[in-house]
Amino acid sequence: MERPLTKNIRSDGEPPSLKEYEHAGGYEALRRALRELTPQAVTALVKDSNLNGRGGAGFPTGLKWSFVPMGDDAPHPKYLIANADEMEPGTFKDRLLLEGDPHQLIEGMILGAYAIQADVAYIFLRWAYRVAAERLERAIAEAYANNYLGHNICGSGYSLEMYLHVSAGRYMCGEETALLNALEGKRATPRSKPPFPAVSGLWGKPTIVNNVETFCNVPHIVNRGAEWFKSLSHTGEGGTKIYGVSGKVKYPGAWELPLGTTVREILEEHAGGVRDGLKFRGVIPGGASTEFLLEEHLDVKMDFASVQKAGSRLGTGTMIVMDDQTCPVGLVHNLERFFAQESCGWCTPCREGLPWTAKILQAIEEGAGQPIDMQRLMLHTRFLGPGHTFCALAPGAMEPLQSALQYFREDFERHIREKRCPWK
Amino acid sequence: MLTEEIKHEIESEMHHYPRKQAVCIEALKVIQRHRGWVSDESICELAEFLEMTPDELDSVATFYNKILRQPVGTHVIWICDSVSCWIMGYDRVRERLTQLLGTKLGETSSDGCFTMLPNVCLGACDHAPVLMIGNDLHRDVEADKIEAILDRYRGQQT
Repeated sequence: MERPLTKNIRSDGEPPSLKEYEHAGGYEALRRALRELTPQAVTALVKDSNLNGRGGAGFPTGLKWSFVPMGDDAPHPKYLIANADEMEPGTFKDRLLLEGDPHQLIEGMILGAYAIQADVAYIFLRWAYRVAAERLERAIAEAYANNYLGHNICGSGYSLEMYLHVSAGRYMCGEETALLNALEGKRATPRSKPPFPAVSGLWGKPTIVNNVETFCNVPHIVNRGAEWFKSLSHTGEGGTKIYGVSGKVKYPGAWELPLGTTVREILEEHAGGVRDGLKFRGVIPGGASTEFLLEEHLDVKMDFASVQKAGSRLGTGTMIVMDDQTCPVGLVHNLERFFAQESCGWCTPCREGLPWTAKILQAIEEGAGQPIDMQRLMLHTRFLGPGHTFCALAPGAMEPLQSALQYFREDFERHIREKRCPWK
Repeated sequence: MLTEEIKHEIESEMHHYPRKQAVCIEALKVIQRHRGWVSDESICELAEFLEMTPDELDSVATFYNKILRQPVGTHVIWICDSVSCWIMGYDRVRERLTQLLGTKLGETSSDGCFTMLPNVCLGACDHAPVLMIGNDLHRDVEADKIEAILDRYRGQQT
């Protein structure tokens, strides 16, 4: 089984230097693209590969790039941004790529930037990733020193500047348009779409924002081709995926596996199943803002289409396991408190509804819940759902809640009936 | 007054952005590195330097979790309270820290050494529970090992 994304990642955690990265075939894709491929041909190749965005939404990457205005009349400067904000609770996959192989990200970004003819690229990194920040700074400097960045890259006539922006921390920054406001030095509130960033983004110029893992795939697609990339996957969606598992399992961790690997294989073969003496109750498959899956869903393939069919989302592909010693009400309260705190406050349903949701859950958890609270929570899952809010934060927050109300209803009702948390 | 050193550090980041005001988040971080936190006076000084109004700059400063608008101790302990750490024993870690420092979340220990602040997911969920002290990540934290971790920071300047 091939693991292109993690093949250079060493067990001691030290990333390859530029020389070591080149020795492993690094920057070959960039040299070849600059020599042999037009920007449009790079976009077409990524489109053909069926690479879907790895940040959570799964939007086709090549299609996104194709929305950027091209040609002599296209507005400049154009921007390309790697979203390395990774703040979705339970998600730790991009950290692996950022710390373990920073040049892979940089090469993927330069290829993406060439495809849309960007002039400036930013890596938008979350504050907490201190090690990644140091390694990226070093790798960017190495890339400049070797003319993979800067003026007239490898004699191609194409030029690109790249900067690292270390965020001051807020979950909202991960939202594409809020990220643009953060980079402009403003509060990270979302913008209305349309216009989409590909047409009018950073400072009103064409801008592409992709997740770290998405960019890391691009050098391999250019090197090995779209057909090869599709063949890595168990489904029609191309490539491998970094899956992760946290919670009370035997071996929490992250692994690069074919896209479409089943929940069962990831949980049982790689994470070793839940710890001895515990029973599996459910799993949030792709970060905090995805719906629970149960034992009956263990054979679901972890790709965007299959997980959606099972009633949840692949999201970031990093699962949070809930065992029978963990209180579902307490867990969902933890999630909703997070979303309430991190709401940017821009639109009313999110700003008011999420704290209300968190308070109801806290009351139930502390034994002060009332039977009508179940209806109130259900109401929130509708009123904070898709179509009622400015961005996807509140609808995302409602996903674990509404599935918990459906699958663990008896646990909620027992809290209210017994006026206590049965797990305490 | 912003020192020449602070001004120089801010200016060296300015060319990353086409507009001067865009550097304000980085500038707030620079001030915090030098002064430990961002006071009202610092907001006014920086706003003038970046040709912004103090309110405009403060609206940015108060939005971001890592810009501290109140003074903190020598070391800030950022304790992760998100879901994976919550499952794996966040409560035990917080209780032990509260006991050892004699302070609650959001407060500074009486010796001025530590401030304990809540933090959202630190992206190290496979090693939960986790916390950061300054720039250092501590993984797989066990309640009975916390004292030894704190000892390493006592008497150390940032």
